[in-house]
Amino acid sequence: MATETHDDHKVNYIGIFWWLLALTILEVIAGYPSTSPQYPQALKGFLLVGMAAVKATLVALYFMHLKFDRKALSFIAFIPLVLCVFVVLMTMPDF
Amino acid sequence: MSQTASAEHIVDLAETPLTPESWGKTGMWLFLAGDAMSFGTLLAGYAIIRSISPNWPLPSEVLGIGLTAFMTFLLICSSVSMVTALDAIKNRDSEKFKLYMLLTIGGGIIFLGLQAYEWNHLIHDAGMGLSQNKYGAPLFGTTFFMITGFHGLHVTGGVIYLAAILVSAGKRDYAPNCYNMVENVGLYWHFVDLVWILVFTFLYLL
Repeated sequence: MATETHDDHKVNYIGIFWWLLALTILEVIAGYPSTSPQYPQALKGFLLVGMAAVKATLVALYFMHLKFDRKALSFIAFIPLVLCVFVVLMTMPDF
Repeated sequence: MSQTASAEHIVDLAETPLTPESWGKTGMWLFLAGDAMSFGTLLAGYAIIRSISPNWPLPSEVLGIGLTAFMTFLLICSSVSMVTALDAIKNRDSEKFKLYMLLTIGGGIIFLGLQAYEWNHLIHDAGMGLSQNKYGAPLFGTTFFMITGFHGLHVTGGVIYLAAILVSAGKRDYAPNCYNMVENVGLYWHFVDLVWILVFTFLYLL
């Protein structure tokens, strides 16, 4: 039997695009020295990493279709994130 | 299996609870997970090196943020054109598929051109090299060129992969596994975009 796997989930890709664009603009404002206000480096880091994480999640969930695919694929995709966080945490004594 | 079915057997039949779509898609995800580890450890190494190096310059002051922000925008647009191309082949719209694949490839080529321009400026005008630079810590240049170069190689490979799929899928008569082929190259391309989002944040803005 042929495997017809074309799902019919309708995704508003243009809407996702606008979110990504807006977050990119906010990131540049937050990170660009001449436009960003003087605020603590820790807050800047938190904001930038947070926005990057949201953008990456949007790309993974909607463009890469993880939201609509089997959970096994999400599990495969999630493992590197866990391992990389582990690598950073384990090397923190060297920071 | 009937002759009709065998004649039309051009899709993966190995369905399991883990791979109802295709083995190719699972294989691509497994490859991307490994590749994500490569980039993840590169970025983790960058974080360590930066934290222990004195005189690390503020990247947003020495690197071209405006140009790089445009490059980020370009990859985001190419991801949109990629999903549109996938949608087109799902709906059997050949012309739309080819157009959006070409736009995706074009976005990748422009990205590479801009990165080459950026590297040329940093190397020749700013004197930034693999072992030394005028801004501060010597490893600033090393880590920058290693990470952006590794990503650039992925984009180059992605452009070649996209072109190969465009040629291949363009020849077939909408066989079902064309969708799988295009879906897999799309996954790779979105991964390249996703990694750049992280590289832009960690290397350029932080």
